[in-house]
Formats: sequence, C-alpha cells, structure tokens
Amino acid sequence: MRLVYFAWVRQHVGVSQETVVPPAEVQTVGELMSWLAGRGEGHARAFADRHRIRAAVNQVHASPSTRVGGDDEVAFFPPVTGG
Amino acid sequence: MIRVVVQEADFDAGAVLGQLQRDARDAGAIASFIGIVRPESGGEPLVSMTLEHYPGMTERALEEIAASAGRRFGLSAVTVIHRVGRLVAGAQIVLVAASSLHRQAAFDGVQFIMDYLKTRAPFWKLEERASGMHWVEARSSDDDAAARWEAS
Repeated sequence: MRLVYFAWVRQHVGVSQETVVPPAEVQTVGELMSWLAGRGEGHARAFADRHRIRAAVNQVHASPSTRVGGDDEVAFFPPVTGG
Repeated sequence: MIRVVVQEADFDAGAVLGQLQRDARDAGAIASFIGIVRPESGGEPLVSMTLEHYPGMTERALEEIAASAGRRFGLSAVTVIHRVGRLVAGAQIVLVAASSLHRQAAFDGVQFIMDYLKTRAPFWKLEERASGMHWVEARSSDDDAAARWEAS
C-alpha cells in the first residue's frame, strides 16, 4: 500500500511517501490511521488529532469508514486551504 | 470546454479571458475571479506564501468541480488556473472564469467553482511571516459557503 502525506502531516511523519504492508485486520482508513499512529514518534504526532486529518483513497476524498486494500494509494492531509 | 491548469508560472488574465471568449463563440457573458496574495496575515506582514498540492488529484478535483458547475449552470466554457510554489504579496494565486448565454449563470458558476475549490481541491498554504512559518487553517465559513449550494 502506498501512502502519501501533505502539508503538516508530511512534516510530522518526516517523509512525503512510504510503502507499507499493514496487518490483515486493517481494512478501513480509520483503522489504518490507528495502526500508523503506532509506527513511531512522528507518525504518532501526525495522527494525534484525527479530526484535523482528511484522507483520500486513490485520489478520491474518503472517510474513516472507506475501505482500503493492498494496491491502494492512500493520502493523509489537513483540511484543504487553496484558492 | 473545460480547461484546468495547475502551474508555478504566473498567468496573463487578459490572454486567458481572450482564449475563453474564442472557446465559447456563442457566449453572451463571461465572469471571472482572481485570487491574490494579501500583504498581511495574522496581524503581521506576509513575507511569502507557498502553495503545496497533490499532483493528479488536484487536477481531477478541479475538473470535476468545473464540470459540475458547467452542468448546473449551463456554462459554455470554464477555465481554472491555480498556481503552486512560492508566491509573494500581490501575486496572483487563482483565476476562475466561466462563459454563458446570460450573466447570472456565469456569475453563479464562478462562485460555485471557487466555493468548492476552497473546500475540495487538495491545496495547502504555508505562510512565511516574521514570527515564523504557519500553515493556514481551513475556515468553517468556507464550508458554509460550499454548503449553501447543496441546500439550493
């Protein structure tokens, strides 16, 4: 699974992307966030406040209940501020 | 015709509107919006603003928003240009323009696109001020502006 991070989520995690193989019980965006939060100090900081994080699966906006699988590209980022 | 561009370079608004007018020969109206980097933020002068985006998803999101506005308001052509990278005060950030038979559809189309761009298109702003670097926080008023289109 390919993960990409943007803005302060990227800064906290420390990399802009990484490839991970989560355990089989991780099936949704929300479960993925919980699992990622345990991967290290930076990840823990990035995912400390879930309400401030948005996600996309394969470049489409997703919710915590959106299902994720092996070949997906999952992105985590703060609420958007363009325009 | 929908044209979406995400680029670092500045744009010539006059040339963009001229192209839009050529794209939409039957149009009776063209409306446009240009967003500009403000000179101050958080009560202090702004040194620069750096825009980050999600390549691929950003273009797709903008195209979907533009297409949705086109269907809803009967627009003949839409152009969205959004800059990324480091910008200074006074720099142009975004241009949205739409053409239609009559003016109200063009005005509404541009507002609709800006309201959804602000809440759906994956861009993030990092401000550089004297006090340091600050990520711009999303505003609930932007969510409210987008939500009013859902209700109507």
